[in-house]
Order: sequence, then C-alpha cells, then structure tokens
Amino acid sequence: MAPTNGFIGNTRKVTAHLTQNEGLSFEKSSPGKKGYKLAPLDVPEVDPAALLGEAHRSRNAELPELSEIEIIRHFTRLSTWNYAIDLGMYPLGSCTMKYNPRVNEFVSRLEGIAEAHPYQPESLSQGALEIVKLLQDCLLEITGMDAITLQPAAGAHGEFTGILLARAYHQSKGNPRKTVIIPDSAHGTNPATAASCGYQVVNLKSNAQGGVDVSALAQMVNEDTAAMMLTNPSTIGVFENEIHKIADVLHDKGALLYMDGANMNALVGKTRPGDFGVDVMHLNLHKTFSTPHGGGGPGSGPVACKKILEPFLPTPVVAQGADGLLHWNYDRPQSVGRVRMLYGNFGMFVRALAYTLANGPDGLRQTTEDAVLNANYIRKKLEDVYDLPYNTPSMHEVVFSDKRQTKNGVKTGDIAKRLIDYGFHPYTTSFPLIVPGALMIEPTESESREELDLFVDAMRQIAREVEENPEVVITAPHSTRISRLDETTAARKPVLRWNGPPEEAVEVDTPAKEW
Amino acid sequence: MSYPEKYKYTREHEWVEVAGNVGTVGITDYAQNSLGDIVFVDAPKVGTKVEKGAVFGSVESVKAVSDLYSPVTGTVTEVNEELASSPEKINTDAHGAWIIKVELSDAGEVGALLSAADYEKFIAEETGK
Amino acid sequence: MRYLPKSDAERAAMLREIGASSIDDLFTAIPEEYRLTRDLNVPRQMGESEIIDHFKAAAAKNANGYASFLGAGAYRHYRPVVIDALVQRGEFLTSYTPYQAEITQGTLQAIFEFQTMICELTGMDIANASMYDGSTGAAEAVMMAVRVTGRDNVLVVRTVHPEYREVMHTYAQHQGHDASEVAYGKDGRVDLAALEQALTEETACVLVQSPNFFGVIEDIPAIAEIAHKKGALLIVSIAEAVSLGIVRPPVEADIVSMEAQSFGVALSYGGPYCGVLAAKEKYLRQMPGRLVGETKDTEGRRGFVLTLSTREQHIRREKATSNICTNQALVALMTTIFLTVYGKQGMRELALQNLAKATYAADTLGVQGKLLFDQAPRFHEFVLQTDEDPEQLNARLLEKKIIGGLDLRKWYPELGNATLWCATELTTKDQVDAAADVLAESPVTAEAR
Repeated sequence: MAPTNGFIGNTRKVTAHLTQNEGLSFEKSSPGKKGYKLAPLDVPEVDPAALLGEAHRSRNAELPELSEIEIIRHFTRLSTWNYAIDLGMYPLGSCTMKYNPRVNEFVSRLEGIAEAHPYQPESLSQGALEIVKLLQDCLLEITGMDAITLQPAAGAHGEFTGILLARAYHQSKGNPRKTVIIPDSAHGTNPATAASCGYQVVNLKSNAQGGVDVSALAQMVNEDTAAMMLTNPSTIGVFENEIHKIADVLHDKGALLYMDGANMNALVGKTRPGDFGVDVMHLNLHKTFSTPHGGGGPGSGPVACKKILEPFLPTPVVAQGADGLLHWNYDRPQSVGRVRMLYGNFGMFVRALAYTLANGPDGLRQTTEDAVLNANYIRKKLEDVYDLPYNTPSMHEVVFSDKRQTKNGVKTGDIAKRLIDYGFHPYTTSFPLIVPGALMIEPTESESREELDLFVDAMRQIAREVEENPEVVITAPHSTRISRLDETTAARKPVLRWNGPPEEAVEVDTPAKEW
Repeated sequence: MSYPEKYKYTREHEWVEVAGNVGTVGITDYAQNSLGDIVFVDAPKVGTKVEKGAVFGSVESVKAVSDLYSPVTGTVTEVNEELASSPEKINTDAHGAWIIKVELSDAGEVGALLSAADYEKFIAEETGK
Repeated sequence: MRYLPKSDAERAAMLREIGASSIDDLFTAIPEEYRLTRDLNVPRQMGESEIIDHFKAAAAKNANGYASFLGAGAYRHYRPVVIDALVQRGEFLTSYTPYQAEITQGTLQAIFEFQTMICELTGMDIANASMYDGSTGAAEAVMMAVRVTGRDNVLVVRTVHPEYREVMHTYAQHQGHDASEVAYGKDGRVDLAALEQALTEETACVLVQSPNFFGVIEDIPAIAEIAHKKGALLIVSIAEAVSLGIVRPPVEADIVSMEAQSFGVALSYGGPYCGVLAAKEKYLRQMPGRLVGETKDTEGRRGFVLTLSTREQHIRREKATSNICTNQALVALMTTIFLTVYGKQGMRELALQNLAKATYAADTLGVQGKLLFDQAPRFHEFVLQTDEDPEQLNARLLEKKIIGGLDLRKWYPELGNATLWCATELTTKDQVDAAADVLAESPVTAEAR
C-alpha cells in the first residue's frame, strides 16, 4: 500500500485489501424472493379487508424482497466498510471508545433477561429488579452520590433530567430561577438542554488555562442562577483543581453544581464527584461503562444526585418492600415525572453491571490509571510536533491545536482525514470551541503500548508530511472505498430516501460504467 | 476583494444599501468566505418587523450556522426567493445576492454604520489576530 | 485485569518515558482531600464464568416458560436469528457515530435503507435515524409541531399510551405548551365531536395513537380533516409497528412518531427500544435527530453522509431542534434487518397472522367476559371486562403459568374490571384455550350463576 506519495516505506498498521461492493437492498430486490418462513396458523384464517374495513392497507410498503443469503451478504459486506473498536483505536476525545466486552452481549441475551416484558408481575421480575438495584448501588458508590435514576436513555437525556431535578428543587423553595451557567468549552448538548428546560444560558469564558475562571464565576453567580453545568475533567482533559471553590461559590448563592459525567473515565476509583461538591450529575454508560456504541447508540444516561434532590427523581424508583422483595414505587408526589416510558435502557444496565463485576474495585481503579497513563504517554510523544495550547496536566485526554500546521495550509480536519490512511479513526476535530483548530485525543485504557506507538508514529509521520508534502494531507484520505463526500450538495438538495432506480442510462466506456 | 463604497457595513458582517427609504441587506464577502459553502438561508417573511442589531434570520453552511443581525429597523417588504433554491449565489456574489429589502423606519440610522474603508480596516484587524 | 492490554513492566516503562516516578504523579491535579485512598465498595472482581452465573441466577428469577398476553406498548414477536448474527459483528457493534463518512459507509447505508423503509411503511416523505423510543419521540414530535406552527396549544387523546402522555407532560411543562386531553368515545376511538370543540386557531397539533392503547384503530382521515381545518398539525403515534403490515398508513398525518421495537428488538424489560420520527417533506428543517443523505464523492461514486447537521446540538447548541446526540443506532439496525428479512410480502403475512391470532383470542376469551370497543376495527390487542377483579384473575392465571392481560384500573378506572390483552404470531391456540379455561373457572361468575 503506498498512499504516502513520496515517502519510502509502507504504513505499519494497514494494507489495502479488496472489499465487496454492495448496492442498496432495494436494488437487489426481486418479487417473489423470500427471507422468512412463518409457522402455519393454528387458528382460523381471517379476511383482513372484512375485519379492518377502511383501515385495511391496500398496497404493501415497497420493502425489499431478498433471500436469507442475500441478506447475510448484504449486511456483512456493509459491515466491512466500517471502522470499529474491534479493529483498532479510536482516539476520539470525550467519547471513551473502550473495549466492549463480549460477556456483556452474552448475558444480555439470556432468555429470562432478554424476554422479560416490562409489565410482567413484579414477583416474576425480581431478577431484573436486582440488576437495577445492584447497578444503582455500584454507581452511587462510584460517584459518591446519594440517589440515582437509570431512566434516561443517553447522556443528553440525562442532562435534561438533571436540570429538571435542579429546577424542581428550586421550585420547591419558591423560585425556579432563570439562568444556567455553562463554560464555553462545553459539549453542545449542555446549552441545548438548558434551553429545553426553560433556562437562559449564560456563557462563562474559560480562563487562560482553559479552565473555569473562579473570580469571573463568582461575579456571575446570583440569585437567578439555578445551576452551573460543568464537565470535569474539562473537555480539554484538565481537572478543575479549584473545584471546591467552584462548588462553594455556587452553593453560597443557593445554586447547584451539575456535572457532565462524560469524562468519568479519568475519575473512577480515584475520586468521587459527590465528595468534591457536585449536587447532580449524569453518567454515560456507553462511554465509561463499556456498553457498545453500535454506530451511534443505544446509550444510557443515569443521573445521580445528592439527598436534597432525591424527592424529585423521575418515577418510578426501586424500593425494597416489607416483604423483602424489590418493587417499583410510583408514589412519588414531588417527582419531575417520567422522562421516558418504562424503566430505561435495561439492556445497557445488564452490560454496564457485567463490566463492573468483571473489574471489581481494583480493576476499576487500574482502568482509570491506564487511561490517564495512555493519554499522558501520547502527550509526551507528540508535544514536540503539535502545539499544546495549555500546559496544564492532562488526565485521560489531551488537546493539541493545528497552529504549527496551519502555516502550511493544513488544518486539523485534514490531519484527521490523513490519519485514516494510516489505519486509525480520526480524533475529535474542532472541539472544544475554545481551542481553534483542536486535535482532541482520548486513547482510553483499552490501547496497548503497541497500538499507542503505532498511533504516535502515524501522527509524527503526518506532521512530517505537512512540512514536506502538505498536498497529500489536504486531499486525504486516499485509501478508502470512497473519498471525501460532497456534503454541500447533500445539505442543499437532501436525498434522504431511495426513490427508485436512476433514470439516466450509463454511457458506455465512461468512468461511471462499472464492469 | 473590494467592498462597494455605496454600501454601509456592520461588525457582524452584514451590508446594507439605502435608496430612498428602502434598505437592501446582505452579508459580506468576508462572511461568505468564513462560512464556506452556503446550503440554506433562513429569511423572515414579508411583513416581519426587523430591529437594528437584532437577529432576523440565519445562514447555514454544512458545519456552521451564523445568525443574521439587522443593520436597520423597519419592515421586510421583499425576500430574495432565488436564495431558496440557489443559496450558493451568496458564495459567488455576496454583495449582489441580497437577502431582504426593508422599508426603513429611520433612514438616518445607517449613518452610524461602517463605511467600506472602515469595514475593510475592521476585518484586517480581525484576521490579523 | 483481562480487558487491560498492559503488563506492569510496560506500565513502568511508559511512566519512565514520560518522566513520572509513579502513576500518582499523574493524579496530583486532584486536591488531596478528594483523593480516594480506599477501594471502592463494589463487588470483587469476578471471573467470566462467575459473571455468567450471576446473571443466569438473575434471569432465573424472572418469568421463564410463561405464556404471556401482555402488550401495551412492548410486543413479543419472533426475532429472526440473522439479526443477532449480524449486529454482533464488531464492525457494527463497536463502531462509532458515522461522523467520518469515508470509514462508516456500512452504518450510513444501513441507516439510509432504514429511513427509506420507514417512509414506505408510514406513508411519510422523510424519516430520521431514530429517537430514543416511542414516548420521547412523541414528545419531540409535539415540540416540532409547536416550532412549525408557532402555536402553543396541544391536544392529546386519552387513548394515547398513559406513559407516553406522562413523558409529553414532563417535556412540555417548561416550554409553555402543556397538553389538554381529549376524551374517547363509546367505540374506544377519539370522540370526534369533543376534538372538534377543543380545536382552535391556537392549536399547534393533535396527537393520536393508532392502533390506540385499547388496540383500536383510529379514523385518521376524519381526525386529519378536523385538525387541518384549523391549521393544526396531525401527529400519529404508532406503538405497534407491525400493524403497518396490514393497517392503512396514516398518510394524512403531518408527523408520525413510531416505536419500532416490534421489528426484531428484544423486550429486555423495557429497553433499549427504537423511536422513529417521520414527517412530510416541508417539515424537514424542524426534524430533530440525525439524518443520512445520499451524495457523491470526488470521483462521482455514490456515498452516504450525515446531513443537515446544523439542526443539531453540536452546532446549534441552545437553538438546536433537540438536545439529542446518541440515538438508538444499533437497535435501528436490528429493525432494518428485520424489515429486510420479512420484506414486502412478509410484513403483510406477519401482520395478518397477528390479526388472526388476536381475533381467535378475542372470540374465545370474549365468551368469558365482555369485549369492549368491539364496534371499531382493531389490530392485535383488545380490552376485556370481567366480573372478577383483574388482580384475582391474573393470580389464578399465574398458577397455570399464564401472564394475563394488563390490569387497566390504574389508568382507566372508569372501565371497571378491565384488562388489556395482546396476541401475536407467537401466541398459540393452546395458550388461548388454557387462558379461556381459567377465565371460565372464575369464582365470581360461578357465584353469580
């Protein structure tokens, strides 16, 4: 494989290989092909038109008709076009792309668990309730909080729930208050969440070290402040070492400290948010607790809080009855209500609990230590070639900027695309917003020294390319199935579904003709 | 890029051309260049009241959205319908592809805006950072 | 620890290389008073077999080997085995959100197929790449209608799933558009007269569920006419997606919010499930959630990409259409595979079997009680009213390892002793007959004789 244009040698991590092409399922469809066989009816047949009348569907949906082998090939071929944790490192900042253990998948598919109907009698759901209770207890211990709900379906959903809790708390004291303070380094879900709860967002500029400017905060907090939403460690991977002052400043004016727990991978087993002044926080089970990303979800965003917020938790909550059994308690007059139907993404609770049990206290601590060690290792090995905008110590992630490369016309997005040619998924580009041209790198504990060294080599080689052959970086990637896509036309003239075969015939002997 | 002398400019990178008591508003070439390929223009409907300094719409590229701040106060009398199907006209001719026309409530307002020369100086300082 | 790919020797070498004397050097940013100096009080590290035993023991304490007539928003359907065989491939399971299109075409193409199939099934023009579930999807649909119309009155029919209504209330209360409830009529469908009366020029939308919580199919064209007359949007929420195989799609709707759990997603005690939002083309820019679009690369090859991202939180921040980031992608993939397996004919055949089983169940069990709302068409759920109180009835059924219909008294006390029963293609004639036998033995009815 030689996408290295001008350099001698090959990339160490990847080699080109044929991947199968595959059209849309609709394009392979043919009337009469079948991929299913239902068991025969053991009850009398019915006439749907007679039974349903006007409600009868006259025309079937144009879904594909394929045989089983075609379906297996279709999706298998598609899967080979994806990068994945199982293939290699994802250096994405604040995503915590760690190993997704397979025992998690196994236990979530056990019959009594996978087939449990959410409305089946509680007497026949004690296993499910025990899983919920044990995970809750573990997460409370890990976070140092007093109470918890597992109901939210993802981090953003958890943020929404957490801010609702804060609002309900203030409301119970007679004044819901008006504003939520959010640092300019925050993830986009934070301000979106605050707005959806009826709060006005007040932006707090980060200080020169990329952290919270405590004196600016002190000036900003007033009786209208409901809460501050803080990510700790911050999105530049730095622990707010004035965290107790931040909490004090807020608490002095009766405001609450909300912590976005996206970066918990730096804290588990080493410190606890509940101990350093956090009142309410969310966790991302699909980050810190190893549940799989699955191409974008499902996640799970539990919300943990201090006692003062407990009465407002979403309904229902798990409680132990006098009969020794576990129950769902719906009698919660001060609850903020439900944030979703049923109990939460239970399948992810199973996986997160399996992860916790596989680790135990020593495993959890070692995991955090390895995550922080890996990030610092990368920092040390790249700080001479990439600009470090802040010299504060990094925890589990490190943020560089493209300052040294932009003078050659190369931006962080280009370097990220070039990284693909070296066999890695890009790191997070252009976030956090406080670092222009950011390269946000979080290796997680799941990377071996070998994988880290391969990553460092690739990044160093790209830095060299930026000096000697910037064009190859700017036009990257070169080795993928498809090259950069026209996102402009995709946004100007959106085509969001298949609309039948194309009308134009393909001309013979042109690049468009496929042999 | 030369900035038309007959236009007035804002620090949020809008331009306005005043003829009588009608103001024609668009965004500058500097703005379109920073945004990249423009994919959508969210313009107000005819009859909407706009206020100087307040947001009246937005312009989107693939990766960013920029709020549009009105340089003048008044009522929208015309909206450039072409931009609905061809938003890229702002990229190719930012100073010609107007977004809205406004019946001004106070034509004198524009006196406080930047001249072409002042605007060019302003963006030179911005990019110099 | 077996998930950690480092030996102590490697750790020591790495520490030396970065100039740290011990790992503690890397945690000095944490103020000393907050550093944990003890082990976390969580269960000790377990071996893999122990983990499996732990969960097997838990699974054994849940219902095993019971016949179940439960539905009410979560449905027991057969899951073709190819689904798990495919979604457990590491390239699907452990892949990230497809922001880097060049290396995620697998995920993106699958979502594009999903979006297409949802449009086909629902009769809408556009569909997004999933929401958390049907309940939050309904809440988001309402918020979308409020944005589109600029109005803030919302009407929700009482036959919408009670928990969906609770969720909508939670979302709406801080955004100034809490919903008013519209009653249902004697036929179990929305009371059209009451709806017409409640609708004003301030109404943003009407939200109905069809088939509704009682299993009854609503008269969508009639409801649409009433809503549209006053410029309100019609949102149809669908809790049982399989119904679309045989029930007419709600083409008059402006927005469809669906729970796709029935399409090959395990019940899993309530989640993860798969919400979907679909709508008419003109509402595209107000649609929350991710959207995948078709485009070309620099060589002119077809490819797929996340598009219209400016609606979303990572760009719009507080002005985003929703704060949603992570969605239900892998679950949506399960539904995509399910729909591909059954396909155009199979979805009808499957839905028809559901209809047949439920008809038999309603006919058989209906002899032992009173079938409510029998005048309107329904799919595979029905409400049975009995002399015997549901708690007692269900206790007797449990003795025969049957989980009976859902007790409705909590939510619809006006229906008296009513239970909601569901039959799917997995329900057997023997199970129905056995349930009927238990109902027939009712001590209450015996006394009454």
